[in-house]
Amino acid sequence: MSELGVHPITWPSNGLSEVPFVLYTDPEQYRLEQERVFKGPTWNYLCLAAEIANPGDFVATTIGEVEVVVTRDASGSINGFVNRCAHRGNLLCFERRGNAKEISCIYHGWTYDLAGHLTGVAFERGVKRQGGMPPEFHKDEHHLARLKVAELAGLVFGTFRADAPDLEDYLGPAVTGGIRRVLNRPVQILGRSTQVLPNNWKLYFENVKDTYHASILHLFLTTFRINRLSQPGGITIDANGGNHFSQAKMDYAAEDADYKEAALRADSAFRLQDSSIVESIDEYGDSVSVQILTVFPAMVLQQIRNTIAVRVIRPRGLEQSELDWIHLGFDDDDDAMTERRLRQGNLVGAAGFISMEDGCVGGFVQRALRYDDAGGGVVMMGGHDAESQPFRATEAAIRGFWKQYRALMGG
Amino acid sequence: MPHSDPAMDDTAIRLGVDALIAAYADCIDEDRLEEWPDFFTEQCRYVIISRTDYAAGLRHGIIYAASQGMLTDRVMALRKANIFEPHHYRHIVGPTRITRADAGVAEVQSNFLAVRIMHDGGTQLFATGRYLDRIDIASRPYRFIERIVVLDSHKIDTLLVIPL
Repeated sequence: MSELGVHPITWPSNGLSEVPFVLYTDPEQYRLEQERVFKGPTWNYLCLAAEIANPGDFVATTIGEVEVVVTRDASGSINGFVNRCAHRGNLLCFERRGNAKEISCIYHGWTYDLAGHLTGVAFERGVKRQGGMPPEFHKDEHHLARLKVAELAGLVFGTFRADAPDLEDYLGPAVTGGIRRVLNRPVQILGRSTQVLPNNWKLYFENVKDTYHASILHLFLTTFRINRLSQPGGITIDANGGNHFSQAKMDYAAEDADYKEAALRADSAFRLQDSSIVESIDEYGDSVSVQILTVFPAMVLQQIRNTIAVRVIRPRGLEQSELDWIHLGFDDDDDAMTERRLRQGNLVGAAGFISMEDGCVGGFVQRALRYDDAGGGVVMMGGHDAESQPFRATEAAIRGFWKQYRALMGG
Repeated sequence: MPHSDPAMDDTAIRLGVDALIAAYADCIDEDRLEEWPDFFTEQCRYVIISRTDYAAGLRHGIIYAASQGMLTDRVMALRKANIFEPHHYRHIVGPTRITRADAGVAEVQSNFLAVRIMHDGGTQLFATGRYLDRIDIASRPYRFIERIVVLDSHKIDTLLVIPL
């Protein structure tokens, strides 16, 4: 990455446990991240395969700040390309999703097939033999810039870089397995929303990887004495550092019995009036009650009890980001299971009992760093490395993020 | 709704519905949230959902409450557990329209706008949308059997902790 020059941000050492604050405040760093991280050899979540189930279906989305389109073509293949006409750079698809036979630019009528090939140029031969394109213009030299796309467990990913490793190699076997574990059957979308966060995108992605803060910032479960009996767990980090998952297990049946029994006692002042929002079943049969998985640089796959969601963090300027929530169920859910997911849905999202604080805490950091960004943060919980660990009082996954980030940013 | 339907002409019902909707907004904006669950029947539904999700028939709510107890839990969590910067809303609720009514239930729509005032005085338009209500008018006081808050936008700034 050195061909782009060495940006002046200096790290205190080659270690990963001291993070310069200027990484969250420097506009040039933000611009370089778009080039080296989001347009670099990374895989970015695009959409669910289920959203583009039929030929002609398209989704317009973004990788970083770059507008892209994902389509299903007549042959059933998935295509990704930049959402930018090869003629004058106009945005091609401005609806978020839909179905189309071809992609047509509203500005001058250039048309592309669903794979992004330029198929038509209005007045290519002029009008009444006057004007038109010169003979050296060839449509096949003006296709849309294509992404490399790949699908895993119903998730569609894309990369700008033809030389990016294959998706599963990029994720590593453990994280690939973590995705397959949760998305082990066809999904259906239960709902979507977007949380606008007043902070740099990295602060949210670090927050998701931070298993240290969970029981400290999010007081809901402890306030309501939802005892998570026996909580073995740990963190699994891939070789590059940026992809990870944390897991915690619980005894679903014991928790349910405990809560119901405790609710009968006199000390019910801090008990839920309606405990159905935490009544959950061990749907994967492995006692894992929480699995938070990240795909560098911007995707999260969440299983918290029976709430399943994909989250995507989208940079929208140095000090703002948008967090998309895509809440999922499965085709084989019966009514009771859907209702269970909807009730537990209160735990997460912009109004989530155990997640809403994540919407403001990044903004607090951003505010504190504004014009006071000398020095750096300390992420030494659990050591200095970015290795998998069989416990969760650690910041190893944050260090893993910086390991991959630094490799891409060249600093 | 044909004009011949006596329910439409029942001024008492109109006044009762309007009073309920106004009192609901006042309860939230004046931070008497402990009274908020009492605006609902014991078996009730309170859902905040985006316009696009609602139109698509999706059911996930940004808040999804299926009982009065879940509303009480929301208030308790807000008071005792959740962490956020202090703020309040000012609701402006437009005219109500009774779309259907029989002896027991009135179906009512109204538009709302909620401004969020942060503790430092920062004032922003936070949400706009429609209330789609089913109101128990068989007994007094009137209560919501169902209040679906359909947000015009799918974007929520920072977090949503105080109900709309």
